[in-house]
Amino acid sequence: MPQRADAAALSYRDCVSAKIKCLRYYRQQKKRVSRDRVSLLFMGDNDMISQLTSTERQYALVILVLMSLCGLVMAAGGRGDPLGVHGFVVLAFSVGLAFVLISGFYAPQPDPEQQTQYYDDPTKVGIALTMAWAVFGMFFGVWVASLLAWPDLTFDQAWSSFGRMRPVHTTGVIFGFGGNALIATSFHVLQRTSRARLSDQLSPWFVLFGFNLFCVLAVSGYFMGITQSKEYAEPEWYADIWLVIVWIVYFAIYLRTLARRKEPHIYVANWYYMAFILVVAVLHIVNNLAVPISFGSAKSYSLFSGVQDAMTQWWYGHNAVAFFLTAGFLGMMYYYLPKHAGRPIYSYRLSIISFWGITFFYMWAGSHHLHYTALPQWVQTLGMSFSAMLLVPSWASAGNALATLNGAWHKVRDDATLRFMMVAAVFYGIATFEGSFMAMRPVNALSHYTDWTVGHVHAGTLGWNSMIVFGAFYALVPWLWKRESMYSPKLVEVHFWLALAGAVVYVFAMWNSGIIQGLMWRTYTENGVLAYSFLDSVEAMHPYYIARAFGGLLFLTGTIICSYNIWMTVRAGKALATDNDAEGDIPVFARNAVQAGE
Amino acid sequence: MGIEHDTLVAISKSWGLFYLIALAIAATAYALWPSNAKRFEHAKNSILDDDDKPLK
Ligand code: HEM
Ligand SMILES: [Fe+2]
Repeated sequence: MPQRADAAALSYRDCVSAKIKCLRYYRQQKKRVSRDRVSLLFMGDNDMISQLTSTERQYALVILVLMSLCGLVMAAGGRGDPLGVHGFVVLAFSVGLAFVLISGFYAPQPDPEQQTQYYDDPTKVGIALTMAWAVFGMFFGVWVASLLAWPDLTFDQAWSSFGRMRPVHTTGVIFGFGGNALIATSFHVLQRTSRARLSDQLSPWFVLFGFNLFCVLAVSGYFMGITQSKEYAEPEWYADIWLVIVWIVYFAIYLRTLARRKEPHIYVANWYYMAFILVVAVLHIVNNLAVPISFGSAKSYSLFSGVQDAMTQWWYGHNAVAFFLTAGFLGMMYYYLPKHAGRPIYSYRLSIISFWGITFFYMWAGSHHLHYTALPQWVQTLGMSFSAMLLVPSWASAGNALATLNGAWHKVRDDATLRFMMVAAVFYGIATFEGSFMAMRPVNALSHYTDWTVGHVHAGTLGWNSMIVFGAFYALVPWLWKRESMYSPKLVEVHFWLALAGAVVYVFAMWNSGIIQGLMWRTYTENGVLAYSFLDSVEAMHPYYIARAFGGLLFLTGTIICSYNIWMTVRAGKALATDNDAEGDIPVFARNAVQAGE
Repeated sequence: MGIEHDTLVAISKSWGLFYLIALAIAATAYALWPSNAKRFEHAKNSILDDDDKPLK
């Protein structure tokens, strides 16, 4: 019966080889699954690098090699100086990215079919970076807030002193959180409103990672004690030059994509985004004109001096508020609010008029930061007048947003995402009213140098900037990752109330503290001497500082919940029921009622 | 520096004023110009379109 034995042997061999095949297949699958899990957050199911053409991959590598060389030169030239450390940071950043790139370098060419879709990978990564910076920046915010209440929390380290951690917080939230949110949403809005794909696939990555390198250099520099001592413009000359390059590429993407647009008219949101990019470039270049003490040193000196330096700085500082924290975020609002509400903006004409009003009035208002200084009186008055006039286009924008929602209040009630956007518009109205008020010289006499300014700032940044970003992201994340809704609409609701409570506690604590401080500093006794010492006023602040730290903690908690919810939406959200991904690019806005909190 | 304080004040009180007025008129005229109404109407409504693909 040799035949049978043969057959048995054969089938045994078959069995083994099938088992091996099976195992191999299983292992491959497992590898693929785990790789997918890692890449899930960024790319959905397809690989980010395989979307780049081989020419783009080559250019990317060339850029990263050049950046690494720059890092090496900085490291060598800046030996014994913090500049050298930053050289290694640049080197590590570039080599790290190069590794990621090389890992997918020989992946198959992308499907030409993708050219008929929008290019959203940079937006997806941008969203992840935004949330990472938000948690980082707000964590340091809570820490510096606690420092003011309990000064021992520096733990006797140089890097954790108030003077270093405060700019870590402000840069982390304004540039890290705000900047990444602006970049991520601007690419999305630009394509949707132009009905055109981004002009190329490489430059958006350059802008996104280049900008984040700038943020990393800034923040790591403060920890080491590097600063230009200009508020919101602390990074030193080499980081500033790098940001100029990144920014020019950013603006070029905008112009090139707009040139390919299929819509005859450029939607107003793009005007705001473009004003943000263009004006920030101008501000940044002028305010950072400086001479380094040598090319091997991080330290530089401003080209301006005395009151001219102060004026340049606050022309910059104020317009950073106007164009970084306002214009770009208004672009976000003018797109995501009508889109998510499913209603066109109340008055398109008004949005145009307020655009030009904001753009041209803001430019002249900066001197309200220098009331009662060596700055000539008429320049102060100029800033004061323009600040008053600013209220008109500012309230026109806030009113336009609220009027858009008028008639859809039931949606606002049911849908926390829309509620985020509505509250943002309300806080925008509050912050601008308050700003115009504080810009009046007599009011400023009370508010300047006090916590009132800090209260005003956070009505703007927590109430307006953060809320509009969260609203936009809750609308955007399910759309981009093709999910039916956010992973947990309940957590969106929880986040909303934490954020609102946190912002309100914060702002009220600082209003109280600021006005008490201001009054204590100007109270005289019958004999004409100050009634309170400075230390008395510091002591009076203590309870408010605790309240503020608590408000900040609520806000931070909300942000962490938001990050978790986004992460889970990407990882485990219920996919949209569509037959095919090619046709699956349908926004969830049409059915946004599904996202209602309860 | 050749530019005196008074010169700057004079410039901002004359040219500064007129350029801002001109700008305000230009922006308002552009926004209210009747023949622009149609494109604005189209722009504000077209973003609500749910077709999420670039136009060919
Ligand atoms: C009509 C609009 C606005 C006007 C006229 C205005 C005016 C002012 C004034 C007078 C100060 C205090 C300056 C001082 O005494 O030191 C100030 C500070 C500030 N404002 Fe506003 N503001 C406006 C809107 C906003 C918005 C919407 C935001 C944020 C999104 C914002 C963020 C800030 C920041 C960050 C500071 C602090 C500056 C510093 O570090 O000293 N402002 N603003
Ligand atoms: Fe300002």
